[in-house]
Amino acid sequence: MSEAAALPPGEHLVHGTDPHLAHHFSSLERQVDASRLGMWLFLSTEVLLFAGLFTGYAVYRYSFPVAFAASARTSEIWAGTLNTIVLITSSLTVALAIHFVRAGRQRAAVVCLAITLFFALAFLGIKAIEYTAHFHEHQLPGRYYRFEGVRLPGAEMYWALYFLMTGLHGLHVVIGMTVLAVIAWRTAHGYYSAHYYVGIELAGLYWHLVDLIWIFLYPLLYLI
Amino acid sequence: MRQSEEDREKLGAPPAHESYLTDGTTVMSWLNTRDHKRVGVMFLVAVVFFLFLGGVFALAIRMKLLYPGPFLFDALTYNRLFTLHGVTMIFLFMIPAIPSAFGNFVLPLMIGARDVAFPRLNLASFYVYLAGAVLAVWAMVHGGADTGWTFYTPYSTTTPTMLFPLLLGVFIIGFSSIMTGINFIVTVHTLRAPGIGWMRVPLFVWGIYATSVIQVLATPVLGLTVLLVALERVLGFGIFDPARGGDPVLFQHFFWFYSHPAVYIMVLPAMGVISECVATFSRKNPFGYKAIAFSSLGIAFVGFFTWGHHLFVAGQSVFDNGVFGVLSMFVGIFTAVKVFNWVGTMYRGAISFKTPFAYICGFLFLLVFGGMTGVALATVALDVHWHDTYFVVAHFHFIMVGAVIMGFLAALHYWFPKMFGRTYHEGWGLVAASLIILGFNATFIPQFLLGNNGMPRRYYQYPEHFQALNVASTAGATLLGFGFIIIFIYLVIALRWGPRCEQNPWRSKGFEWLTPSPPPTHNFDKIPHITQDPHDYRTHAPSGVYTDV
Repeated sequence: MSEAAALPPGEHLVHGTDPHLAHHFSSLERQVDASRLGMWLFLSTEVLLFAGLFTGYAVYRYSFPVAFAASARTSEIWAGTLNTIVLITSSLTVALAIHFVRAGRQRAAVVCLAITLFFALAFLGIKAIEYTAHFHEHQLPGRYYRFEGVRLPGAEMYWALYFLMTGLHGLHVVIGMTVLAVIAWRTAHGYYSAHYYVGIELAGLYWHLVDLIWIFLYPLLYLI
Repeated sequence: MRQSEEDREKLGAPPAHESYLTDGTTVMSWLNTRDHKRVGVMFLVAVVFFLFLGGVFALAIRMKLLYPGPFLFDALTYNRLFTLHGVTMIFLFMIPAIPSAFGNFVLPLMIGARDVAFPRLNLASFYVYLAGAVLAVWAMVHGGADTGWTFYTPYSTTTPTMLFPLLLGVFIIGFSSIMTGINFIVTVHTLRAPGIGWMRVPLFVWGIYATSVIQVLATPVLGLTVLLVALERVLGFGIFDPARGGDPVLFQHFFWFYSHPAVYIMVLPAMGVISECVATFSRKNPFGYKAIAFSSLGIAFVGFFTWGHHLFVAGQSVFDNGVFGVLSMFVGIFTAVKVFNWVGTMYRGAISFKTPFAYICGFLFLLVFGGMTGVALATVALDVHWHDTYFVVAHFHFIMVGAVIMGFLAALHYWFPKMFGRTYHEGWGLVAASLIILGFNATFIPQFLLGNNGMPRRYYQYPEHFQALNVASTAGATLLGFGFIIIFIYLVIALRWGPRCEQNPWRSKGFEWLTPSPPPTHNFDKIPHITQDPHDYRTHAPSGVYTDV
């Protein structure tokens, strides 16, 4: 037990030989492990950030089941469905990017990251069309709600949660795009290789989380 | 000096390198450092400043409460002062105080690491903290807010005071807290030196680890909550507005889901400090190492399921009240486990009554009485009587503030030689410790009595028959203030003129003393291979040998 933290044989790199190795880590493997653990912890904070909104959704859905169902009927279901397809596909391309860089094919990885960025942009574009439609119909949160289609108490709460949840998610898409762009640029300039690709992996993890949150938002806001 | 030099020779370690304090003396070398020790020292300076600021607010409140009627300033100013006192002390002092200042400094030393896992993130957490603090102070200067630090809706969504920048400041400081938490968890998992298995991790590290778990899991919820209040103020989303179908009590649930565990963010590191100091100053192995370590995790875990005890009179169901009451009492069990183990460590130890030990005594008294009143408050029937009275104020000042202050001051005195390589005046240290412990009790024991007699908290005026106890409380607060001034003076003198100390002035067997005091920039020329448990006083052998990693 007490020797658990000792370095296993073979996990030993002489300092100064690897440009990616920071001074305070004994080996690159351990450094990469640290980065991965850090990312997973960060993702758990993201889950708890959204957990508050999911709780709010549960509470108000329970209070206003009819208004929430009626409002969800008036949302742009085609846009939500299309966006689900777009985002899941982008998760595939980012996973492919990791696969390619592992295989030493950096060019293919860059192409996959570029396609992911394109899908992300498409997602935001579709979302913008949707938001515009909601603005025209006055399907807006709180005191701005003027939609004639649903006049039930609690409908404005549905739109408050709709805009909060999709807005916060959209912000994460933008952050994810920034991260992916930086990673793609670095990959294109040879920073990552089959030997060291943790950056792409972490960006991919983040992107999967963005995707995963949408997979929960889609049924809650559009389908049920 | 002799013994530690011999130790180093025996261990085959090379001569000490330049200390982290003198390795680069420009301002930029500090502001742009990646060294966990320098980040820790910068945090220490910042939290001491905010302790001073929050203390000034507290004294202003106490001065007003000398008289039952209007006095010194008007009611709005009074409301702003207690809000700013709470916000400053909680978000700017107590939450970062021990983890970010002392945790940063000693945690890597204690596990034989050269730095924390993410040094740049560590520095970033300091600047994010500063940014949030600047915003909060800006809001204070421009009038401050009058909601109390709890920001309860619906008042917080309607008050005309400067709440928005204050909320934004709290939101930003939350990021700093999360960054620190992630960094410490990853550091403990990946950077332990050879020989430090999980059951050899020093108890302070266990305390910080449990704290970090709470910081990572709870802080995002607070971030979301203050964001919702801010959006409600600016855009009128109506999430907590009953006129739009919203539920103000949902805010209380969200808020306390963070803010109750936050109490353990404050107190667990203090418990960790006490665990270290008890062993060092009793010269005895920690009694019940595993019990102390796991009770930290136990508090962190059960702390997530107790938030409802803040809502006993907010219309929560009787069933929920009962469940939350019982769950809250579990914290008392885990805390008692620690208390008995600390006392067990002292039993038949060779106690040296140095300044940190005085704070241990103060800590134990405040923790036990604060904790017992906490268990009493967790019973619903009693809470209905005490809710929103000075009894609650006295309770959380005892357990949360008192324990943190005692832990913070114990840490400051215990690790002062480690951090700066100098010693302070022991006599003045004991004088100040007595003043602080006495002053603290004199401040808050009258408040227990006031609350039990029905004096509500946060009121500007009070009936005349409460005056005597209020005057006693203010007198205590003044003593407390004097204590802090004395500490500040002798520590600043020690920093500049104090006698230089040897590597291990307390003869402690904690792992952080294996490096020179103050440590060189990269802590260890060679990573130590640890061969004993922390604080193993049964042998005279050194705790580690240096390996060539």
